[in-house]
Order: sequence, then C-alpha cells, then structure tokens
Amino acid sequence: MALALTIVALVALTAIAWRFLGAYMVAVYQTRVHFLGFVERPIYRLIGTSPDREQTWKRYATSLLVFSGVFLLVDYLIFRIQGSLPLNPQHLGAVPPALSWNTAVSFVTNTNWQNYAGETTMSYFSQMGALMVQQFVSAAVGIAVAIALVRGFARKGSTTIGNFWVDTVRGCLYVLFPIAFVFGIVFVGQGAVQTLAGPAHVKDVLNGVTQVIALGPVGFMEAIKQLGTNGGGFFNANGAHPFENPTGLTNLLSMVLILCIPVALTYVFGKMVGALRQGVAVLAAMTLIFGAWTAFTAYAEHQGNPAVAAAGITHQPTGNMEGKEVRFGDTQSALYDVTSTQTSTGSVDGSNDSYTPIGGFGLLTGMMLGEVSPGGVGSGLYTILLFAIIAVFIGGLMIGRTPEYLGKKIQAREVKLAGFGILVMPITVLVLAGIAVSIHAGRAGALNGGPHGFSEILYAFTSQANNNGSAFAGLTGNHAFYNVTGGIAMLMGRFAIIVPTLALAGALAAKNLVPVSAGTFRTDNTMFVGLLIGAILIVGGLTFFPAVALGPIVEQLSRGKFFGLALPHLAGLVHWRLLLP
Amino acid sequence: MTDAATTAPPPTSTGIAAPVARGVAGQRSLFDREILRYAFGEAFKKLDPRVQVKNPVMCIVLIGTVVTLAESIAHPTLFSWSITAWLFLTVLFANFAEAMAEGRGRAQADTLRRMRSETEARRLRSDGVEERVAAADLARGDLVVCEVGDLIPSDGDIVEGVASVDESAITGESAPVIRESGGDRSAVTGGTKVLSDRIVVRITAERGKTFMDRMIALVEGASRQKTPNEIALTILLSVLTIVFLPVVVVLRPFGHYAGATVSIVVLVSLLVCLIPTTIGALLSAIGIAGMDRLVQRNVLAMSGRAVEAAGDVQTLLLDKTGTITLGNRMASAFHPVGGHREEEVADAAQLASLADETPEGRSVVVLAKERFGIRERELTAGHEFVPFSATTRMSGLDVDGRQIRKGAAEAVRRWVTEQGGTPPEGLDQVVDGIARQGSTPLVVADGPEVLGVIELKDVVKTGIRERFAEMRAAGIRTVMITGDNPLTAAAIAQEAGVDDFLAEATPEAKLELIRAEQEGGRLVAMTGDGTNDAPALAQADVGVAMNTGTTAAKEAGNMVDLDSNPTKLITIVEIGKQLLITRGSLTTFSIANDIAKYFAIIPALFVATYPQLKTLNIMGLHSPTSAVLSAVIFNALVIVALIPLALRGVRWRPSGAQAILRRNVLVYGVGGIIVPFAGIKLIDLFLTAVHWY
Repeated sequence: MALALTIVALVALTAIAWRFLGAYMVAVYQTRVHFLGFVERPIYRLIGTSPDREQTWKRYATSLLVFSGVFLLVDYLIFRIQGSLPLNPQHLGAVPPALSWNTAVSFVTNTNWQNYAGETTMSYFSQMGALMVQQFVSAAVGIAVAIALVRGFARKGSTTIGNFWVDTVRGCLYVLFPIAFVFGIVFVGQGAVQTLAGPAHVKDVLNGVTQVIALGPVGFMEAIKQLGTNGGGFFNANGAHPFENPTGLTNLLSMVLILCIPVALTYVFGKMVGALRQGVAVLAAMTLIFGAWTAFTAYAEHQGNPAVAAAGITHQPTGNMEGKEVRFGDTQSALYDVTSTQTSTGSVDGSNDSYTPIGGFGLLTGMMLGEVSPGGVGSGLYTILLFAIIAVFIGGLMIGRTPEYLGKKIQAREVKLAGFGILVMPITVLVLAGIAVSIHAGRAGALNGGPHGFSEILYAFTSQANNNGSAFAGLTGNHAFYNVTGGIAMLMGRFAIIVPTLALAGALAAKNLVPVSAGTFRTDNTMFVGLLIGAILIVGGLTFFPAVALGPIVEQLSRGKFFGLALPHLAGLVHWRLLLP
Repeated sequence: MTDAATTAPPPTSTGIAAPVARGVAGQRSLFDREILRYAFGEAFKKLDPRVQVKNPVMCIVLIGTVVTLAESIAHPTLFSWSITAWLFLTVLFANFAEAMAEGRGRAQADTLRRMRSETEARRLRSDGVEERVAAADLARGDLVVCEVGDLIPSDGDIVEGVASVDESAITGESAPVIRESGGDRSAVTGGTKVLSDRIVVRITAERGKTFMDRMIALVEGASRQKTPNEIALTILLSVLTIVFLPVVVVLRPFGHYAGATVSIVVLVSLLVCLIPTTIGALLSAIGIAGMDRLVQRNVLAMSGRAVEAAGDVQTLLLDKTGTITLGNRMASAFHPVGGHREEEVADAAQLASLADETPEGRSVVVLAKERFGIRERELTAGHEFVPFSATTRMSGLDVDGRQIRKGAAEAVRRWVTEQGGTPPEGLDQVVDGIARQGSTPLVVADGPEVLGVIELKDVVKTGIRERFAEMRAAGIRTVMITGDNPLTAAAIAQEAGVDDFLAEATPEAKLELIRAEQEGGRLVAMTGDGTNDAPALAQADVGVAMNTGTTAAKEAGNMVDLDSNPTKLITIVEIGKQLLITRGSLTTFSIANDIAKYFAIIPALFVATYPQLKTLNIMGLHSPTSAVLSAVIFNALVIVALIPLALRGVRWRPSGAQAILRRNVLVYGVGGIIVPFAGIKLIDLFLTAVHWY
C-alpha cells in the first residue's frame, strides 16, 4: 500500500503546486508581485538595469551567457583556493583543476553531476558559496529561459522577450528563496543536519577507534537541491543518506519539490498564452510519459534481480533490493529515481548501477527523451515546446495549412531553431560515448566490461548532456578524460539548447498572431497530446535505439526475456503489482 | 428557351465548372507513355551532382552509394553489390519521381511553343503609316493594327476599335470573346486571333515577357523556386538526416567495444533506411504536381508560394455576380397592386419585354409564359419598342394605343404622375418588400395606371450554400463583395449562406477590408478583373485575376484563371490544402517507416556478437544479409509505389481540422508503422524463395 499512498499524495500535492504555485509564478514573472521590492531594487541598481528595460533575444542571450560565464569562473576559483578560504573545519585542500572545471560547469548548468564525494572534497564554503548559490541561480536561469520562450508565444509583433536580469532575480527572490527556506526548516525538523561546526568525532570505546561522522549545512541545501531540480547532494550517497533524506516524509517532499516547479510551469505557460488548456495538454504529455516510465521501472525492479534468480532464488518478494535503501524499498526507490531522472535532477535514493538491466533502461531512456517529462526547472518546459514545434509542423501540414502553434506560423527559421535544439543532446551523447569507447582513457573508467560497462559510459554522457547529474555509478568519472568531456557535454546540453531557444523566442515574439478557426490545428486536445508524445518517443527512440540495444537491452536479453512473466500476464498484473507491492 | 435558369451555363452539383481539360490543361493521363519516356531519360540526367546537392537527403544517398560501390570493388560480395545496386536505384527512383512531375508540364509547354508561331506585326508609325515589322522587334508602347485573321503579335491594350477574338490558344475555349477599347475588356493577349473587325493595340509587354512566354515558363517550371514551407520542410528533413549520421557512425566504435565488426555496407544501408528518403525523394514532385493540378484546371499560378498560401487562406472574398449568383437577375414573381390581377401584370410585363433582349427582359417573357401560358407574341408593325435610356430609366412598348412601361420604381412613379395617374396605395410597400429580400423591383404601368411589380431575383447558384457550409467547417470565412445596397446584399448573403458581406463595395473599401483581415493575421484570397481591382489583387495573399480582365489586374494578381470563373477560387484553396497535406502525410509515413527498419537491421548488425538480440528480429527475417537487403529494397520500392500519390495528392475533403488529422494520422502514421513490417517481410520471403540468400 505504501507505494499507492505515496503516489496519491504525490499527485495531490503536485496538483496543488500546479494550480497555486503556477498562478503565483505568473504573477511573479508578469511583475505583479512586489513584496520584496526593497531587496530587488538595489540589486537592479547594482547590475545597472531596470524592470522597465526589455531586451531583444540577443541581449537576453548575451546577458545569460555572461552571467553564467562569470559564475563558472568564480566557482572554479573558489574550488581551487578553498584551502585558504573560511568555513573549512576539515582543512580540505584545493580541488584538482580538471575536477574543479567539471564541478563548476556541472553546477552552473544545473546538472549537478558529481565526480567527487562532497563530504571529503568540498569545504563548507565551497558547498554553500559555490554549489548552493548555483543551485539557486542556475535554476532561476532555466526558468527565465522558459518564461522568455512563453513570452515569445504570447506576444505579437514584439522585438523584446523580457529582461534576463529581472527574470533571474525575481525567480530567485520570489520563487526559489521562500520555498527553499520553508522546506529547509521542514527538512531540518525531520532530522536533516544543519551545522557549520564540522564533523562529529565518535569514540568507539569498545574498539578503541575514533569514527568521523560527516556533518554540515545539509538541510537547507537539500531543499534547494530538489526544488531547483539540481540534484547535487552534500553527501556522496545523496538521497540515500539519512542526514539528507531522513524520513519517509522527506522522501515524499523531495519528490514534490522536484516536480512542483516543472509542473507549475505548464500552468504558467497556459495562463501566459491565454489558454490554460494549452498548458494542460503539455502537462498531460509529460504526465503520461512519466507515468509509463514509473510503471515500467517499478515493475522491472519489483520482479526481482535476474542475477539472483539465475542463482536459484526465484522467490524475491521484496524485488531487486541490491543497491536500494532498505528504508525505501524497490518500488519507492524506482518512483524516486524516475522522478529524479526525468526532471534533470539527478538526486538518487538508491544505486542506479544496481538496477536490473531493464530497470536501468527505464532510468536511462527517461533521460534520453530529452528531459521533458516534466524535465528540469524551465528546461523541461522549453525543451518540450521545441518538440511541440516539430510535432505541430508535421501534424499541421496534415490538415492542409502551413503549420502554426498558438497562432504563430511555424516557418523555416522556427523549424531550424527547434530542430537544432533537439539535435544537440543526442549528437553530443552519441559522439562523446563513441569517443569514450574508442580510447583507452574512456574504456578504463567503466567498472564493468561488456554491455553493462557500455551502459555505464552511455549513462554518464546521457546524464550530463541532459543536465541531469544522476550517476549510474560504476563509472569512475574523476579522470581527466571524463572530467573534460563531461564538462563539454554539460555545456552543450545547456547552452547549445538555450541559445536557439531564446532565438526562437525572439522569432516568435516578432510574429503576428493567426486567429483560431475551425481549420486550425488544435493543440489542446488528446490528438495533439498523442502527437507530442509520438514526436518525443520517435526522436528519442530513433536516435538511441541502436545504442540502447547494445547496452541494457542486450544485457537483459542475456538473462532471458524482458520480463520474467509472459506478456499477457504482464498486462493483467501491472497495476495490481504497482498498487499493492 | 424554356427555363430561365438555363440561360446561364449549367452549374455542376458542386457549383463549380467541371474541370474540362482544355487550354493549357493537357489531355494526358498521369502516366502518359511520352512522359514516362521523358522521365526515364531525365532520371539519369539528374544524377548530376549539381542537381543532387539541392536535395540534402538524396545527396546523402548518392554519397552512400559511392561509398558502398568503393567497398564492393574492394571486397566484392553478392551482398555488397546488391546493396550498391539498390541504393543507386533509390537515387534513380527519386529522380524519376521528380521527372514524372515535370514531364507533364514539359509536354504542355512544348505544345504551347508550337502554337506560338513567329508573327509579323503591322506597326503604326507616329505619322499614321503602317509598317511591317517582326513581332520580335515590337517595344512597349508601340501601336499595332490587327484585322480579321491576324494573330495579335504581343500583349497589349486596345486603344481603338472593337473586335471578336479567338482566345482558344490560351484558354482552350473556342467561343470568341469581345474585346474593346476602354474599360475592363481592353486587354488582348499575344498569340490570340482577331476574328472580326479592326483594332489598334498598344503593346504593353516586352519581348520574351509576354503572357504566353510566362505561361510556358510557368507550365514548364523553368523558374521554379522552393516555397517557404518547402524550405522549412527541407530543413526538418536535413535535421533528421544530420541526426542519423552520428547515430550510424558511432555504431562502429560501439560495435568494436562489444567485439563486433560492423560492415560499412550495412552501416550505409542503415543510414539510408533511417534518413527520410521517401519524402526527400518525393518532395519536389509534390510541389510540381500541385502547380500542375492547378494548370489542369486552367489556373496559372505565378509562384508556388501562391499555391501554398491558398491552403492557408482563412478569408475568401467572393464577387457576388458570377460567383455566388448566376450573374443575371431573373424575373421570379409578379406582384399586382391596386386591385389588378397577377395575370394582367404578367401580360403587360411580357408585352413590355418583347423587344428587350437583355437576359432580364427574356426572363420576364419566359416567366409570364410559364405561369400563365401567355404565348410570346410576334412584334408587328403596330408595335413600337421604347428602348431603355439612362434618362428615362424605363423601357416598354407602345401598342394599340397602350403605353406599357417597366422600369425602376422612381422612374415609373414619375412617369405615371406625368400621365395624370396616381400611384396606388401599397406600391411602396411591395417595392420595399422586394428590395428587402435582395431582389430588384421593376414597376409595370399601362399609361397612367400602375399594374404591379415584377420581382427580379438574383439567382443564387445551386449547391453554393452547401459549398460555403463546407468552407466554414474547414475554418474559411466567406465574404461576399457586391455593389448592391446593404439591404439587398444582406438578403443575398443570407440566402447564399456567406459569413459576411461588403455592400456598395468600392475598390478602396475592398482594399481596406483585405488590409483589416491581414492585420488580424488572416490570409485573404480574392478574384478580380478590373483595373481598379489591381491594388486589392496585389494586396491579397492569393489574388486570382480573370483572364478576361485587364493587363493591370493580371499583373497584380499571383494567379490567372484562364476560364475566368470566379468560383474557381474554392478549387484553388482545395488544391493548396491538398499540396500541404500530401507533404505532411508523406513525411509522417517516411518517419514512421523507420521503426520497422530498425527491427530489421539492428538485430542483423549485432546478432553475431550478441545472439540474444535475435529476440528483436520480430519479423523473423531469414538471415542478417537478407534482412538488410530487404529493408533497403523496401526503402527504394516505396518511393516508386508512392509516386502516384505524390502526383495526385492526398485527398482533401472539406471538414474540420480534427477529422482530417485523425484520418491522416491513422492512414499515414499508423499505416506507416505497419506497412514496412509487412513489406520487408514479403521481400525477405521472396529473396529466400528465389534462393538469393
């Protein structure tokens, strides 16, 4: 029953977030909320901008790149000189250059891929001043891009798409800070640690040794880690660590925090384009993919470990428990990890490497769809809108009109930008994985050989290029090769999509609106939801099928069928098994 | 003359003239032998890399063919040579499809060229002396004389005289048309023949830029450019091609990591199967065929852009006369006033109309005969016909001392009063009532006595109402344009079922309306023929000029209807939609095909390394080589199989967007997933049966 209750609570809380957080965010980005004006105005004065000054897409993109570039540099420096900086009770030394680069990129791009173990690498200053700051601002940047794109759809004959500085500042001040603050208190209340006093030293009198228990400012970081779909935890064990994720309630709240902004953004989208149904359609596509992947992965894990079964233990009532936290179990972990992998969060509460091949397939392919269900904060919405443009283009032609989406004609420029935005991720993943398996440095990183090792490499690049940050583990990422290539993958996956997205926003904003008629291609009904899902699955499927066939599919097939049960049974059992684990 | 309604050409059930093949419209079938021969030859000529590079998808196939060819020469096997051959055929099939589409236009252009004989012109010098010059030497502004039997040497406007002209060379319509100086019927076209009288024409076209020249160029597709939507689609196809390059290329290192050697030939095969070759091969054929379908209906589109815009049109501006109504008003009822009987009115009305040869006059005679069996009387010496004049605004007949008149209410009322009579009570009511219904009242008087009123009705074409309902369902707004007063216009608009109307329309009002619609984001289509229509035609997204219209109108519009049938606008919209639907459907089909191809090729690629992958061979294909070859053969043959569809176009029925989408997604999306599974399996079975593998 636990899973069923979790799902009900998750759906209910997310639905509330969709409606109310969504409405609140509309007000925030339409600058109708001002209660923190006294903080906001000095910041604008400092930057030298004003809420009334709008930017063209080029200015917007330039501001964004400069902003991110500066932070990239600052964070890199912090890691390099953390030994001389305060708040370093463990006296941790400088982070090596390649790792500093990878980590700085990772947090600036909202990826939070961690090639380091937090508690033994990063000082409290690095954790709070570099990592946690990025968890706020990179999330705010992502939302800003989504809002700019939505403005592109909503506006008519406009040369501007908003002001990057204002959108980012307002996102931090009005959305991320308040929510993270409230939930930080909840997390601390539940038992997540929050201290600057350094690690605890526990004397084990019996054995005569002193054990060091890592502590730190964890609780508040945990809230923004999830809320900003960042995923970079304080501890190496991430969400499986009891100091990060102490109780069942924090586990549930983590998922709610992860999902609330990406989901609420569909409300923002619908409201801002003047038709809530449009947002609902996008949300429906996200939800259906999310639901299907959760069911698939949870079932895969629940049916047990094929290797254990091969060893003669056919009865595995608790499912595949290898690498799972006993507090959460098989299906809860699957739900959490699907939530995390499909939102570009990447926090985990179990070891993804120990998933059954087909369960790991669920996590891996969830990312390969481009992180759109519901995706990261902002990035989920803007990426799915790129897919929507492609779906509209092909579907729209089929009704005998040159395609339009939300009254905007989709022409050569829009197709080019949307197509480019969608191409970047698969090409980056495949090319880098191709290089990794071809050279010694790449092959050496994988823990396992054969298809599983291949999955580890493929997963690493998929996770980074999608700005997810979850690790399949197994792969030793802290090598010069993976640090550098991973950094490239994360930068491509972030900015090579953001720039065309902003260009698209600019192109759309300048267009006139075509009024809706009976001959208009409807984008707020079941048919469109189907086409959108189709476009996402086909693009993801066609680009990654061969690679996935060589990884998890071949690995699972070597254990027999995809699922232990024959398909007819499967159909009948899936929902019972899910609801009554 | 038995039925008033038959005075106009009979409309078909759809209200649109049946597409009779004539004029530029060729008589050829889609697969005429001559066209096939042309296409076979052209398929090879188009292998020229300079041609291929324009089509990124097929260019990749050609490069792939060269790669497999090199591989086949280096390591010759039956398999590699078979693949090379079929990849080459794929390119040829694509060329063939395009050549098929062009072929019909080429053949028609040749016919037109043969008709355009070199003519001599009789140029009028400024001193009034004629000189004979070659038509080629004529310049803009020259005056030429044409008399009976002369071919008009170039396009121009008549500045002097009236003539009947045989325009069949262009329109295919053999009945001569009247052309006269001044007004909207002054334009003549080079290559047409003067059948009577003498005219002086001022040349308006330069050599090589005559209407005939343009027509040949258009039919031939000589200056064909990619349309905006075609460009956008090409970009999408390029994106789908580019993304598959790394997908396929990395399979070599991926395979190597797994311990498999992946053959280049198979990789090229996979790449060609995955990139959207089907739509890539047929895309230009679809565009050319769309233009050609217009030509078959005697419409010349000046650009493909206009055809595309036609599919997008949301507002149709339709001239009332000729499009919505039959052009002539018909007597539909006699309304007696002042205690007279209806039959009396009919009798007097018929007498007054005996000598009136206008269609309206004839219809009065016919109606009287139909209703009351009043035979048409012979005009004898005792009858004196009083013709219509702009001052009296009446016509009639003086017979046996009776003075019978019919005319506009005001005019007859004045006349009756002058004769000492008094217009009866209730006349105004009847007249107003008729006007309110959109009809025209003609008052009939016998001397000082008003007998009654003839109701002249604008006859709305049969089926046009249903047609407009269909348009509405398809999201197209119809606006009737008329010079009538708002009252009459409203009534006709109501009867015809148009969505809106513009009454007392002036060219300025029309232009204003188009601008307003476009401001609101709608695309507008209209027809026009007069010079004063030119600004509106130029402003409209689809401006269809009537061939009978002025040169200015023809130059302003982006289409010319050689039949001069304004109802054609609806057909044009349909063809535009059909063009876009065909593109979308075949793109969907092409992409959906990839799924089956993956299931054929991926297990074949790696089954030697990972035997468990045979589970993915869900089609149960015989062997890895037969699987790959079957997929490649299917990929090539499907292009040929879809040529007829590309040329004819996917059917468009006027219905809501949702119904159309559902149907096309089902047929081309779901069908596109299923068909290749069956097709590849069948080819595999065939290859196995003939022991090819």
